[in-house]
Amino acid sequence: MKAPLSWIKEYVDLPAEVTTEQLTDRLTDLGLKLEAIHSAADAITGPLVVGKVLTMDPEPQKNGKTINWCTVDVGAANGSGEPQGIVCGAHNFEPGDLVVVILPGGVLPGNFQISARKTYGHLSAGMICSAAELGLGDDHDGIIVLPPDAGKPGDDAFDALGLREEVIEFEINPDRAYGLSLRGIAREAALAFGAPYHDPALRETPSSNGEGYSVLVDDPAGCPVFVARTVTGFDPAAPTPAWMVERLTHAGMRPISLAVDITNYVMLETGRPIHGYDLDKLQGAIRVRRANEGERMTTLDGAERTLSPEDLVVTDDSGIIGLGGVMGGETTEMSETTTNVLIEAAHWDAVSMFRTGKRHKISSEAGKRNERGVDPTICAAAADRVVELLVQLGRGTAELGVTVFGTPPEQPPIRIGYDLPARISGIDIDAGTVVDNLKAIGAAVDADADGVTVTPPPWRPDITDPFDLVEEVVRIVGYDQVPSVLPREAAGRGLTRTQKLRRRIGRTLAGAGCVEVVSFPFVGAATFDALGLPADDVRRQTVPLANPMSAEEPAYTTTLLPGVLKAAARNIGRGAPGVALFETGTVAFPVDRGPAPIYGVDRRPDEADLQKLFDALPRQPLHLAVVLAGERERAGWWGAGRAAGWSDAVGLVRRLATELGVTVEVRRATTMPWHPGRCAVFLVDGVELGHAGELHPNVCAELGLPARSAAAEIDLDLLMAHATVVATGPAFSSFPLAKEDVALVVADDVAATTVETALREGAGGLLESVRLFDVYTGEQIGEGKKSLAFALRFRAPDRTLTEAETSAARDAAVARAAEVVGAVQRS
Amino acid sequence: MQPEEVDAAREAALAAIAAAADLEDLKRVRTEHTGDRSPLALANREIGALPPQARKEAGQRVGRARGEVNQALAARQEVLEAEHAARILVEETVDVTLPTDRLPIGARHPITTGAELIADIFVAMGWEVAEGPVIEAEWLNFDALNLDADHPARTMQDTFWTASSDRTGPADDVHGAGTGVVLRTQTSPVQARTMLTQEPPIYVVAPGRVFRTDEYDATHSPMFHQVEGLAVDEGITMAHLKGTLDHFATQMFGEGVTTRFRPSYFPFTEPSAEVDLKCFVCRGVDSASCRTCRGEGWIEWGGCGVVNPRVLIACGVDAERYTGFAFGMGIDRTLMFRHGLEDLRALFEGDVRFTTAFGSEL
Ligand SMILES: [Zn+2]
Repeated sequence: MKAPLSWIKEYVDLPAEVTTEQLTDRLTDLGLKLEAIHSAADAITGPLVVGKVLTMDPEPQKNGKTINWCTVDVGAANGSGEPQGIVCGAHNFEPGDLVVVILPGGVLPGNFQISARKTYGHLSAGMICSAAELGLGDDHDGIIVLPPDAGKPGDDAFDALGLREEVIEFEINPDRAYGLSLRGIAREAALAFGAPYHDPALRETPSSNGEGYSVLVDDPAGCPVFVARTVTGFDPAAPTPAWMVERLTHAGMRPISLAVDITNYVMLETGRPIHGYDLDKLQGAIRVRRANEGERMTTLDGAERTLSPEDLVVTDDSGIIGLGGVMGGETTEMSETTTNVLIEAAHWDAVSMFRTGKRHKISSEAGKRNERGVDPTICAAAADRVVELLVQLGRGTAELGVTVFGTPPEQPPIRIGYDLPARISGIDIDAGTVVDNLKAIGAAVDADADGVTVTPPPWRPDITDPFDLVEEVVRIVGYDQVPSVLPREAAGRGLTRTQKLRRRIGRTLAGAGCVEVVSFPFVGAATFDALGLPADDVRRQTVPLANPMSAEEPAYTTTLLPGVLKAAARNIGRGAPGVALFETGTVAFPVDRGPAPIYGVDRRPDEADLQKLFDALPRQPLHLAVVLAGERERAGWWGAGRAAGWSDAVGLVRRLATELGVTVEVRRATTMPWHPGRCAVFLVDGVELGHAGELHPNVCAELGLPARSAAAEIDLDLLMAHATVVATGPAFSSFPLAKEDVALVVADDVAATTVETALREGAGGLLESVRLFDVYTGEQIGEGKKSLAFALRFRAPDRTLTEAETSAARDAAVARAAEVVGAVQRS
Repeated sequence: MQPEEVDAAREAALAAIAAAADLEDLKRVRTEHTGDRSPLALANREIGALPPQARKEAGQRVGRARGEVNQALAARQEVLEAEHAARILVEETVDVTLPTDRLPIGARHPITTGAELIADIFVAMGWEVAEGPVIEAEWLNFDALNLDADHPARTMQDTFWTASSDRTGPADDVHGAGTGVVLRTQTSPVQARTMLTQEPPIYVVAPGRVFRTDEYDATHSPMFHQVEGLAVDEGITMAHLKGTLDHFATQMFGEGVTTRFRPSYFPFTEPSAEVDLKCFVCRGVDSASCRTCRGEGWIEWGGCGVVNPRVLIACGVDAERYTGFAFGMGIDRTLMFRHGLEDLRALFEGDVRFTTAFGSEL
C-alpha cells in the first residue's frame, strides 16, 4: 500500500516536529511495516516543465513505427520562448494537450541524461515524458497528458505532478486489512503519536427511503449490506482534477476516467471497494444471489468465467452483471459516454470473496480488500462520498432515492482477564494500560473487577480471540519492552542416534574426498529416460505434482542419482578434471492410500485418525547417492593419476557399511543406470540396500559424463537401522601368526565373495582373516578361468600353531572351495 | 720385534686411522694395521717365541699397542658412521614444497553444517532436534496451524500440491488436487507433529527443507531450508522467546548481537513478531556503508510469536495449562548474509569450488 504523506496528514494532526522517518519508525513498531519512502523528485533533475503541444506531425518510418514530430510551447523555460521541437513515439495525445517535458540538461531516473540529439531526421530537443519514465509506476502506455487545470506552459512540472510528495509504501499484513486505506493508516499514525484523528468515513448519510434503486439480496450471509445511490447528468467529458490524478498515481493506481477514478479514490480513502454501474445499461432490479453451477459471465477484464454456487453474483433482468465484490461485468461497465451512474457499496463475506478470487484467479484491488475484511459499517458513508465527488467534479445530480439493504454484522465481544497481556508478553502491564490501549484501537471496552469485555472496532474483523487482544495491548506498550529471559532448563536427550549417524555418514564421505551437493528433487519421464530405466522400473512410479515448476519435471523424485549426475556433469563441463559428489535426502514412493483427510481443528484427532493421516503420505526413505567421474587420484610428480571406476563406488558403500558395523552382502546385479557387467547390489539381511558400480556407457554419453564414471545409491534408513548399537569388545590372541597364501583357479563368473565365503567355512576356527590380494587371468590359467590369490592368516588363542595344524586348516579351506565352486589350487 | 718397532707400528696405525677419510678407507686401515699380516699381529705372534722373561714385557707392550689401535679404530668408526649417516640424510633431501594433492578434498554442504551448527546451539540448551517428512499432510502443514483453506495467509505461501498418481494437471489454489498432501511450505508442521506425539514440556528445534512455487533467481528458490523452534511449557512468555533468540543470535554471530521484535502476523502465533538481528558486521555503528545490512544496522532474520492457542487445541495440548512460543528462520538466507553470498543459486548448483570453500567450518 502506497500512501502519499500529504493524504495521511489530511486525517491526522501530527505534531509539526514529527519527521517522516519518525512517523514510519513508529508505524513499523505498531505493525505497519515500512517498505520504502518514495519521492520521485529525488531521482530527477530539471528542467522538467509543463508543455503545451502546438503541432504534431506523424511520420511513418522504415522500421514500421510512426513517430510524431511535435512542437511544444514550454513558455520561457527554454530561454528563448520559441516552441521546442521534440520527437515523440507515443500517440495518446493531440495538439492542445498539456504534457510534461524534460529539457536538455535534465536527468531522469536511472541517470538518464537528456540532451538535444539528432533522431529520425530531426533535432529533438528534450523529451515528452511517460509516468514510467518519471518513476511514477509501470505505466509505459504513452505519455502523461495533464489535466487542463494542471498549469501553463513553462510551469515547473515537479509541482504539477506532485513529484516532491513523499509517498510511504507499507507492507500490509493479512490481519491489518484496514491498513489498505488512508483511513486506517492515518488512524495508526494518530495512535502512534496520540494525535487528533479525523475519520473520513464519519459523515451524515441519508437513510434508505424506498425510492432508491430496487435491490434484492437472496443471500444476506454472503452480502449483509448493500447500499445503492444514483447520480444522473454526470458529464463524461469532465476531466479528473490534477490533485486526484496525482494521488491515484502516487498510490500506484492508473487514472482512467473521472467516474472510475472517484470510485478508486474513495476506496483508497476509506478502504471500502465501490462499484459503479452505467445506470442506462441496467435492466430492472438488482439481485444478489449465489451463482448456479456452470453459469457463465464475462467480467470487465474481458475474461469469460464459468461460475459455481460458491460465487456471489449481482444480476439484473438481463442476467449476471457482476462477480460480487470481486469484479464487475462487461455489460454494465461505465464507459466514456456514461452519464447516469448507479453506485454500489456492499459488504461481502470475506471467505466467499477469497474463494471466488482464488477460483477465478482474479487479483483485484477490490477483491484484495474484500477478502481480508472491510469495515461493514461504512458502506453508506463511502457511497455518499462517491456521490459527493461525482456531483462536485462531474457536475452530476444526486438523486434522492437511497437504497440501504441490511445491517452490518456485529462482532461478538471477547473477554480477557487483566493479567493475560502480562502473562503472555512477560512485560508488567497493569489493568489501566490494558483498558487504555484497547480503547485506543477503537474497541468498546467494558471493564470490571477481573477483566474487560471487549467489542472490537468494526474495521478490525481480524480480532476474534483473547490473544488477539493481547497483541493489541502489547504492540502499543511496545515490543521493545519485552524482557530477554531464558526459559527454564529443558531436560533434553541430545541428538538421536539416527541424527548422529547421519552426521557420521556425511563426515565419512567428505573424509573420503566427496563433496556434498543439494539438488532439486523434481523429475520427469525424460530424467528416467536419460538413466535408461525400463518402462516398468519402480523408480518411474513417482508422486506427481499438481502444479510443478516445469512441465518437464512434474514429479517428486524416487532417486537422488539425477541430481548428483547433473552436478557432476556441470563440474566436468566447467573444467574439473575429476569430481566426487554425494547427496543425502529423502525420496518419495507413492502409497496410494490417499487422499489424506482434512480434520477439524477444535480438538486433537484421535490415534486412529492420526495414523490414517500419516499412512496417506508417500513412503519417504532417506537415500544417499554418490557419483565419481573423471580423475579420482590426480597425476603429479609422484606418477600417473587414477580414473574413477566401479570399485570406487562399491568401495564407498562398503566403507560406510563397515564404519556403521553393518554386514552387507555384495552380489552382481543388472540394473540401470549401471553397466550390466559392472553393477553390484548390496543386501542387508537379505533386503536390498542399493546399488553401486560403473555407469552404463549410454548414460555417461547422455549426461555428458566421462566414460566409466561410477555411481552408487543406497537406502540410508535401512543402513542406519542395522548399525551397531553397542560394539562387542574383541578378544584377540598374541600368539604368533601363521601365514598361508593360496591361489585358486575358478570359472570366470564365480564371484570372489563366494570363494572367500567357502574358504572361511572350510578353514575353521583357527582362521583369523582372509583377504583376496590378486586376480590373474591369462594363458597359463586357460580360457574362461581366473586365478584368485588369497592370503589366509591363522592364529590360535592359546598356543603357537604347528605347521601341521596350519596346513591342515589351509587344506580344509581349499577343499571347501573346491566343493562349492570347483576351485583348483594352482601349484 | 724391538720396542721401538712396536711403537712405530702403533704410531703408524694411529696415524692411518686418524687419516681414514671414510668407512671404506677405515676398513682397509683396519686390515693393514690389525689384520693377520699387520706388524702388530706379527709382533704378537713373535711373543710366544721370546724367553719367558722378555715375554711378559713384550706381551704387555704389544697388548697395549693393539688396545690403543683398536680403541682408535672403534672411535674413528663411530665418527665415520655418524658422518656417513648425516651425509645420507643430506643426500635424501627433497623439496617439501612439492604438491601433495593426490587425493581430492571433500566437504559437506554449508546447508548441512549450518543446520548442525544451529541444532547444536539448541541441543546445548537442552532442546532436542525434531524432524518430519518433506511431503506432508495438508492438515498438518496448514489447518492444524490455524491456516484453514479459506485463510488469506495461504496465498502468501504458494504451495506445491501433489496430484493423485492417475491425474496431473492444474491445481485449484485453495484445495490443490484434492490429495490432502503438499510439499511442506514451512517446517512448522514439525511443530504440529511434535505436539501431537509428545507431552509438554516440549523444547524442539527442527531444521529442514521446504518448498514454495517461487521463481528461481538470485534471492528466491522453489526449494529452501528453514529452522523452526518450538517451546511449550507452563508459564512460557514472549520474554522467554526473546531470551532464547538473543542467546541463539549471540551463539551464532558473536557476543553483543541481539535481536529486536516488530509486530507482524502469522496465523500460528499470536502475538506475532518479526525478528531482526543486530548487524553482526557493523553492530549498528556507521551502518551507511555496511554491505551486510545495507545501511539498516539490523538484518531481517525471521518470524516468531506466542503459539496461537488454536494450534495448541488442534494438537491436543491443554491450552489452559500451557503456553508456548515458536520461531522460524531461513537457513539459506542466514547463510547468505553470514557468508556474504550474492546469489542463492550457488547453494544448489553443486559446484565443488563453492562447497569446498565451506569445508573449513565445522
Ligand atoms: Zn551492518
